[in-house]
Amino acid sequence: MAVTETRIVTNRLREFTEDSWTIDRYLATGGYDMLRQALTMQPVQIQDEQVKASGLRGRGGAGFGTGQKWSFLPKGIYPRYLAVNGDEGEPSTFKDHMLIERDPHQIIEGVVISAFAIEAHIAFIYVRGEFALGIERLEQAVADAYAKGFIGKNILGSGFDLEVVVHRGAGAYIAGDETGLLSSLEGERAMPRIKPPFPAVQGLYAKPTVVNNVETMSTVPHILRMGGEEYAKLGVGRSTGTRIFSVSGHVARPGNYEVELGITFRQLIDELAGGVRGGKQMKFFIPGGASAPWLMPEHLDAPLDMDYVGSELKTMLGSGAIMVFDEDTNPALIAWRLLKFFAHESCGKCTPCREGSMWLEKVLFRISHGLGRPQDLDMMLSFGSTIVPGLNAPFSQTTICAMGPSTMSAVVSLDRFFREEILEMCNAGAARPTIPVTSA
Amino acid sequence: MAFSDVNLTRARDIVARYPRPKSAILPLAHLAQDQDGWLTAEAMEEIAVLTGVTPAEVQGTCSFYTMFKRRPCGSLLVSVCTNVTCLVTGGPAILRHLTERYGDDDDVTVEEVECLAACGGAPALQVNYEYHEQLTPEIAEALVDDYKAGRRTPRTISGAQR
Ligand SMILES: Cc1cc2nc3c(=O)[nH]c(=O)nc-3n(C[C@H](O)[C@H](O)[C@H](O)COP(=O)(O)O)c2cc1C
Ligand code: FES
Repeated sequence: MAVTETRIVTNRLREFTEDSWTIDRYLATGGYDMLRQALTMQPVQIQDEQVKASGLRGRGGAGFGTGQKWSFLPKGIYPRYLAVNGDEGEPSTFKDHMLIERDPHQIIEGVVISAFAIEAHIAFIYVRGEFALGIERLEQAVADAYAKGFIGKNILGSGFDLEVVVHRGAGAYIAGDETGLLSSLEGERAMPRIKPPFPAVQGLYAKPTVVNNVETMSTVPHILRMGGEEYAKLGVGRSTGTRIFSVSGHVARPGNYEVELGITFRQLIDELAGGVRGGKQMKFFIPGGASAPWLMPEHLDAPLDMDYVGSELKTMLGSGAIMVFDEDTNPALIAWRLLKFFAHESCGKCTPCREGSMWLEKVLFRISHGLGRPQDLDMMLSFGSTIVPGLNAPFSQTTICAMGPSTMSAVVSLDRFFREEILEMCNAGAARPTIPVTSA
Repeated sequence: MAFSDVNLTRARDIVARYPRPKSAILPLAHLAQDQDGWLTAEAMEEIAVLTGVTPAEVQGTCSFYTMFKRRPCGSLLVSVCTNVTCLVTGGPAILRHLTERYGDDDDVTVEEVECLAACGGAPALQVNYEYHEQLTPEIAEALVDDYKAGRRTPRTISGAQR
């Protein structure tokens, strides 16, 4: 049977394309009912019987258990903060962008329920600065929610108070890292901080802070609606529920698809996204954003299961971005462009990431533009092992945040799957003068 | 320029939202850029006063973020994505074309940017942070000309509604 989408988080925005972001539409489709219900429960009940029982894992990239993260908050230390991550900068990820623009109230409802569950009274929603329309709609939604008493003092007569602040970023991928995000919220450069202490213990203004992704927050009301245990029946193994996958590149129908975890890459790419366009063959695909090691057509029958993809395929589902490349693609060119991104976005705090991304970009530039040298690939692996000791997945790191090891994903993938092709390109390059002579 | 009276009131409201004033640096810099078209040294000094830090700290923060333009730029900011999905669908050709076409046009600033989270409609660009997708060099040029000629109303340079 052909696979279909399982629309939970994306149901409203797909069904009511003309006004899914308005408060009227949200209320007409059961909006804020789950908030009412949550406010009659005990915070710990929501944490344990709903969110932990659902098996929900963060949708931002690291896939950490949401209920588990909340339980790390130290007892008796207040104030606590909730910081929502809507910075979405991982190349080829475009799901949070859609959720912010087209269903902002769903995020807000998830935020209020979550803040109630963790006993926070201020929540910040950090949104990537470039999302002008999204910020406009989210700010409108927050204003409407205040007006209706879903946010503010004594919410719906429960005695619970919550302020929600939409905070606009200003163009920095690294602000998406949870500790970079907190630095940015404090008015600093978005530089990550060393862990531990984890944000749950010492986060914003050195107070206990939960950082969760926009899609994670959007899922919370549905967990309450379905019941945590019922939600956990969706999916496969420890990858419960649905996730939104952003499929792009050389496919016939690029876009966001919300599917039950456990279907295969082939079902997602071929059946839902229409397969490689123009009748061509697939050369390779990247399964979890720019930071993820690549996969080949022979891996297409693997399940979308966070643990399987990590342990068996040595990569990750990451941010849920799947990039597909056809047979005519030069893999060195893709690797170079990804490293150009990392070199541009490295915050500069850790030497291995700052210097490593810069040199990898330079070497990949010459390889991808026909000027490579035969030793280039091994040279990159050699100095790359100072960023990722051992070069084995799951990657270890010599940097403060996970961006360091991400810079080596493309290079490791070139070595795994395209070593011959790269060496051939480099040998052809070495036959030419190293400094290209161009006539004026 | 210094904040206008209206914007100064807004700025104070923004500072009051945060447990600590320094957190307001980014939103205030957006506000200043909206008002002046770029982020001036004078504005950064005023932000420093409003948030209780030194001007150097404000500059230190703001210079980290690509959206803040610390020298005058055109009233139309065209941001063209060339990250991988746009790379394989024609982004670089759009960037090249627009850079040449508007090279000596003071109204238009063309910049290369990283993934705009619009890869489902690649190749993509933004004009003053308004999205446009599935472009060719010709369509992109016609689009920018529409903004220039007033056939489309742009957002401000920081992406707010006019
Ligand atoms: C370099 C880097 C960039 C990241 N970018 C994002 C991002 O844009 N959005 C996001 O939600 N998480 C991002 N993350 C992951 C966050 O650090 C964090 O794990 C996540 O926001 C936690 O929310 P979750 O548990 O709900 O997934 C990034 C991590 C790193 C290291
Ligand atoms: S790669 Fe261009 S919008 Fe994502």
